[in-house]
Amino acid sequence: MRYAETGYNLEIDLATGNIERVETDPRLMELHLGGLGTNVKMHWDRVPPETKAFDPENLLIFSTGLLNGTPAYSANRTLVTFISPQSHLLAYPMMGGFWSAELKYAGYDKVIFRNKSPKLVYIWINNDKVEIRDATHLKGKGALETQDLIREELKEPRAQVAAIGLAGENRVFTASIEQGRSSASRLGGGAVMGDKNIKAVAVRGTKDVYLARGAEFMQLMEEVTEYINFRNTNPIPDVMTILSGIGSPQEMKHTDEKWHTENFMWGNARTRRRDFWNKKNEENWTSTQLESITRLISCFNCPQQCGALVSPEGVSRYMMKCFGKLTYSMAAYVDDLGFNFRILQRATEYGVDSFSTPQILAFAVELYEAGILTDKDFEGCPPDKEGRFFWLLDRVARREGIGDILADGVYYAARKIGKGAEKFDHNTIKKHEQLPLKLGMLDPIYFLMYSTNEKISITQIEGNFPQSAFPTREQREAFVKDWIQVPDERFKQYILDWEPRGDHAIPYFPTPEMCSEIVDWMEMLHNIDDALGLCAGMSSFCLKPPYHIHNYPKLISAATGMDIDEAGLKKIVNRSRNLHRAFNNERGLRRADEKPPEDHWKRRFPELEEKLLSTYYKFKGWNLDGVPTRERLMELDLGYVAEDLEKRGILEVGKN
Amino acid sequence: MAKIKKKIKTIKVDADKCNGCRACEIVCSGYHSTPKYSSINPARSRIHVISHRMKNIWLPVFAGEYAPAECMGRDKYVIDGKEYDECSFCRASCPSRDFFKEPDSGLPLKCDMCESDPPLSTPMCVQKCLNNVLTYEEREEEVEEEEVKVEDVETGLGSMIPARQTWTSDCIIGVYSLT
Ligand code: SF4
Ligand code: SF4
Ligand code: SF4
Repeated sequence: MRYAETGYNLEIDLATGNIERVETDPRLMELHLGGLGTNVKMHWDRVPPETKAFDPENLLIFSTGLLNGTPAYSANRTLVTFISPQSHLLAYPMMGGFWSAELKYAGYDKVIFRNKSPKLVYIWINNDKVEIRDATHLKGKGALETQDLIREELKEPRAQVAAIGLAGENRVFTASIEQGRSSASRLGGGAVMGDKNIKAVAVRGTKDVYLARGAEFMQLMEEVTEYINFRNTNPIPDVMTILSGIGSPQEMKHTDEKWHTENFMWGNARTRRRDFWNKKNEENWTSTQLESITRLISCFNCPQQCGALVSPEGVSRYMMKCFGKLTYSMAAYVDDLGFNFRILQRATEYGVDSFSTPQILAFAVELYEAGILTDKDFEGCPPDKEGRFFWLLDRVARREGIGDILADGVYYAARKIGKGAEKFDHNTIKKHEQLPLKLGMLDPIYFLMYSTNEKISITQIEGNFPQSAFPTREQREAFVKDWIQVPDERFKQYILDWEPRGDHAIPYFPTPEMCSEIVDWMEMLHNIDDALGLCAGMSSFCLKPPYHIHNYPKLISAATGMDIDEAGLKKIVNRSRNLHRAFNNERGLRRADEKPPEDHWKRRFPELEEKLLSTYYKFKGWNLDGVPTRERLMELDLGYVAEDLEKRGILEVGKN
Repeated sequence: MAKIKKKIKTIKVDADKCNGCRACEIVCSGYHSTPKYSSINPARSRIHVISHRMKNIWLPVFAGEYAPAECMGRDKYVIDGKEYDECSFCRASCPSRDFFKEPDSGLPLKCDMCESDPPLSTPMCVQKCLNNVLTYEEREEEVEEEEVKVEDVETGLGSMIPARQTWTSDCIIGVYSLT
């Protein structure tokens, strides 16, 4: 009997239409848990470094996490992995919603797609019955629209459907995979799905997920529940509202956007508007949001309400979450939030990432204003800010005219356009658009997170450690008093000693050694979440979360029957983390790629930055080029990885 | 005929607050597995959250009585301008569909208010719904001795006003009687 996991994967060869239900090796759970961990292992075993995003050999894997389908609150992430057309590295965007639990109940841990279908299809997984069905009638349909059309066609309102829109079909590099109120957006999963000619994957399951020691698991969940209730009624004082609670940012609930609108950059990550949140704008934004939201909604088995069904004036209903609420208004310099609610409806149906896409459009507008793109490129484009953004979005999703170039994202578009356009690509890391933030003083913790994580998206790296020093000693003492989540007591001392100004302030404090420990902790927790399918909003992404390194091993043990302690859990995620790094190293990732945009901070410290990177690499057991050493790999039972790295000349034999 | 006192157990459903998380389904299925919580499977749950997301329908419904045959006159609902299927919001386990049936045996499922010995303070779905959609209420009523089971059900949801059920303003009320 398999516990927590189902022990079966679905293997689908799209070229031949062959579908297999494959039993997995139980040892894989012991070595990599599940979710991201076991996915990385599968890509390592089966996808050679020569494979490109749109090669048939690129695997597209939809995975559940180890705890999906169990009563663990907020364990609902569907993880999608593939070689990204943008970064050429192994990408792993995730979505909340209801899909992964349904897949578990259908009896599978993962769905693995290889090769390409000769025509547009959708997949219908109904317990043991799995079909590849014609989807030519869904061509060009919206990503949300498609989900309901498929449910109707199947006469199964309980089916959960993940679908792409036109952007995915057209292999737009920022195409997302949409599912209900959620989406797996970053790094072009929708494009790979479209390239494989999969319009959607629908799933319905009515089987059991087993718990090894269910009563004990529920007992442990009692404590988690109590803490959730405590945190929901006791927001953390002295931090911004958005950071004070648990769950993904409660963007649908909170209307106060002073922080985002005045601290994040507008346009192409260009302008800070420190006086934006005046009375007029506050009123407009608040009323737009309140009038548009029909209902606050959650993901599977989660008490929070990070999403919303929205019915904005003039467009059809859709579902919204998170920062997408304001990215288009800010990128377009449109003060009216109603514009964002309107354009996001179209963007969601097209199925595009709402972090990257608005920046691409803003980048195009800048190039036009600078005379690099011309009237000819913008022929037919309305002159007003709003109209221009709608027009550009249409071009990108349809890959028409200039849109065909922009659809590859800022990095590639800048190089294709040339004529100095490269200078306007000032907010990408590893070819991927970042949050529009430009700050003053180098932050050593953020420097490391931005530079080194495989996720390439800061929101899924940061979280447990406060973003800045508390001004007063009293505030620091109050913060550490009930900080049960720390893996080690010394982190409390770092907070107590950390000051906004002076010798104990950034960039020199926390020291590179401390920063390494802090970043490693945050990354570890994200990696655990991504293996378990837990929402980062209830764990790695927020301050003082309900799940942490002290209760996770107990929950995993009770669910799986595999007895595991903190050290054991850390070792497992370290193993997967190093395997992921080695996989990307084989695809060319090196130290030279690990750097935030030049203008991310005004005040930079090149020597300190090099030291930070070297210290962190050493802490991780990597060589100075950011490649795991043989010694490190051996400790993690990854001898086969060391051999391969040596065979390919990435590690020198006999030398670290 | 002699009168006896009977406990009426009610779960009040404030559907407007439901965020559609299905925690209620998960715990119900786990609680009713043997041994308790050895398996989870919402398809075995005795509560089902009917959802039509784009139509703003998130409606927890408790499994009611087994209906041996499809019923005759069915209801049509119009909510928010959209028309719904005849069986959309029915609580019965009935031959016409696979709702509220054990997935493997097809045996009907019925909410038993988590009856147990010793009794729970509140039913499990009520405990695990952290959004206070489900509220447990108990009251005593005097009834005729013979009347062992009352099968009365009241259900309600804002704008839905079908003919044969009693609907209250913005909540669904399921009244269950257990001796
Ligand atoms: S915290 Fe929010 S995003 Fe996370 S699972 Fe819950 S509802 Fe979904
Ligand atoms: S009261 Fe108990 S049996 Fe009835 S639906 Fe709730 S959890 Fe299930
Ligand atoms: S647990 Fe509560 S909020 Fe969640 S679906 Fe059930 S009734 Fe709705």
